[in-house]
Amino acid sequence: MVIVRALNDAAIAMQRQGTLYGFAPCTGQEAAQVGSAVALDMERDFVFPTYREFGAMITAGIKPGELLAHHAGLYDGGVADAAASRVAPLYSVVGATALHATGWAMGAKLDGIGGVAISYFGDGASTQGEVHEAMNFAGVFELPVVFFCQNNGWAISLPTVRQVAGGSVAARAAGYGLAADRVDGNDVIAVREATAAALERARNGGGATVIEAMTYRAGPHATSDDPSRYRDIEEEESWRERDPIVRARELLRERGEADEEFLAAVEAEAAAACEQARRELAETPRPRLADRLQLAYERPPASHQARLDAWIAQEEGIHV
Amino acid sequence: MSERSMQQALNEALAEALAEDPRVLVFGEDVGRHGGVFRVTDDLQRRFGEQRVFDTPLGEAGIVGLAVGLCMQGWRPVVEIQFDGFVFPAFNQIATQISKLRTRTLGAFGLPLTIRVPSYGGIKGPEHHSESVETFVAHLPGIKVVSPSNPAEAQTLLGEAVRDPDPVVFLEPKSRYWARDDSMPSPVGEYASRVVREGADVTLFAWGATVDRCLQSAEFAAEDGVDVQVVDLRWLKPLDVDGISTAAGKTRRAVVVHEAPVTLGLGAELSAVLMERCFGDLLAPVVRVAAPDTPYPSAGLEDEYLPSVDRILLGIQSALDG
Repeated sequence: MVIVRALNDAAIAMQRQGTLYGFAPCTGQEAAQVGSAVALDMERDFVFPTYREFGAMITAGIKPGELLAHHAGLYDGGVADAAASRVAPLYSVVGATALHATGWAMGAKLDGIGGVAISYFGDGASTQGEVHEAMNFAGVFELPVVFFCQNNGWAISLPTVRQVAGGSVAARAAGYGLAADRVDGNDVIAVREATAAALERARNGGGATVIEAMTYRAGPHATSDDPSRYRDIEEEESWRERDPIVRARELLRERGEADEEFLAAVEAEAAAACEQARRELAETPRPRLADRLQLAYERPPASHQARLDAWIAQEEGIHV
Repeated sequence: MSERSMQQALNEALAEALAEDPRVLVFGEDVGRHGGVFRVTDDLQRRFGEQRVFDTPLGEAGIVGLAVGLCMQGWRPVVEIQFDGFVFPAFNQIATQISKLRTRTLGAFGLPLTIRVPSYGGIKGPEHHSESVETFVAHLPGIKVVSPSNPAEAQTLLGEAVRDPDPVVFLEPKSRYWARDDSMPSPVGEYASRVVREGADVTLFAWGATVDRCLQSAEFAAEDGVDVQVVDLRWLKPLDVDGISTAAGKTRRAVVVHEAPVTLGLGAELSAVLMERCFGDLLAPVVRVAAPDTPYPSAGLEDEYLPSVDRILLGIQSALDG
């Protein structure tokens, strides 16, 4: 969580410095993201994120620099191998990928691989029709999916009270015959336990679970956003007391499981991770547009290829 | 070969695909026990089992989104959207996801899925049951679009669509489902169009449901001494630009016939291709015989709205007059 927070801060700084075009930080949601992703078995599970899952994706094994290549405008969707990493690219049309998780889970069930799909989304995406369809399909076909909703209080400028009728995403699960769990999303241990239980249930044929992790988007929606236009600074400050990292530190100290030396070592590790992420991004080769354009089809038709080749030849002529 | 309908040919093609590749799945609304509202999936669930041929809840985005996820686990889905107008609830999946996934994953995830869509008008259907959606899907990068005109083409092209490693939208002319003929599959090149009637005076470009009407029109025109060539485009994305320009270059006059509204219908792209490739050869502007820019009318009025033989003949005359 400390590493994710530090990387978030580094990414925000990189956006301010002009290295990234934009970034959607997950600041304040580290417990929800790390706690859930750490419960996955990345040998057989599959992650379907939306755009704010920086912490979850890193925890699932994506290198931070591979993700930052997306925000730097080099590789739309990032540069990690989505098949090998078992992490789908991040997406901005939220809700759509909940159905991909459901479909993947159907395939995994047919193949009997014991894998579970985890679909990450927020309270904002939860109101998309495709999330409803995904939950209904998962219920009808009894599929191994974890619908992991981070209710972070705000869908850009719209508070949950005006976003989610009835006030709870988890409550909807009953209507689909799915299991549900509403957890304190800033309690990393509670999140990990809830996710592990949902994964276990799915692996054992118990079907899908809707987890609603109650958390708070401590930062802006994205680096282009100014939350002071729509919410009070007092609200943000009140959540600082419930900061997941502060809470985790206190818990570790109370239990005597971490001393100052350990905590300092974690900070040092986070700083090193930021350095490495910057290096990874700097070393990511700038893609050639001509190469990127070749990816649209696996079997490009001759007429398509001819048009593309002509376009590329002209482009290369312009940029000699 | 004895006579068969397009519905039978499609059913045979699906059975072949299911038998050939154990990763092929067929699903959609009412495609299982019911066999589909047009019976295209008739008996497939009994033959291939409920795991491989199954009904889904109503929800087109769900059906198509499910197919995307299945592809990511190595399956090869062939889904049915019950009617053309119901493509639009799934359009987000097609436009924002299917179109881009291969590019966004650097080629890690191709999507070998087929979306079958009973299409076009001519069956006196209610609202949203007679749409021509080809422009919407053909505009999207990363997607291929194909439309057969007769039973043999239906069988050939559905097999090609299912085997294609890229996502294919397969537009079935529902007004031709029950027309029977003894057409035999005959090979033609990859993503190629087909000259279905040779002629010297003018070329009609058509696909799906309008091919048959063009052939009828050509017979009438022949009575007046006009030798009409008819090209069945088959693939709408990619367009067979070489075949199209060869055909138009030969007759030097061209008419495009489609059921979709005229503005930005596929006829616009065809006209542009002919401008690029055949400008010097053409003796007259390309004529478009299409629907007006209005919503599809009530069933009782569709015969007047659709490109009829009479309107195609007027289009031919217009091309001849230059």
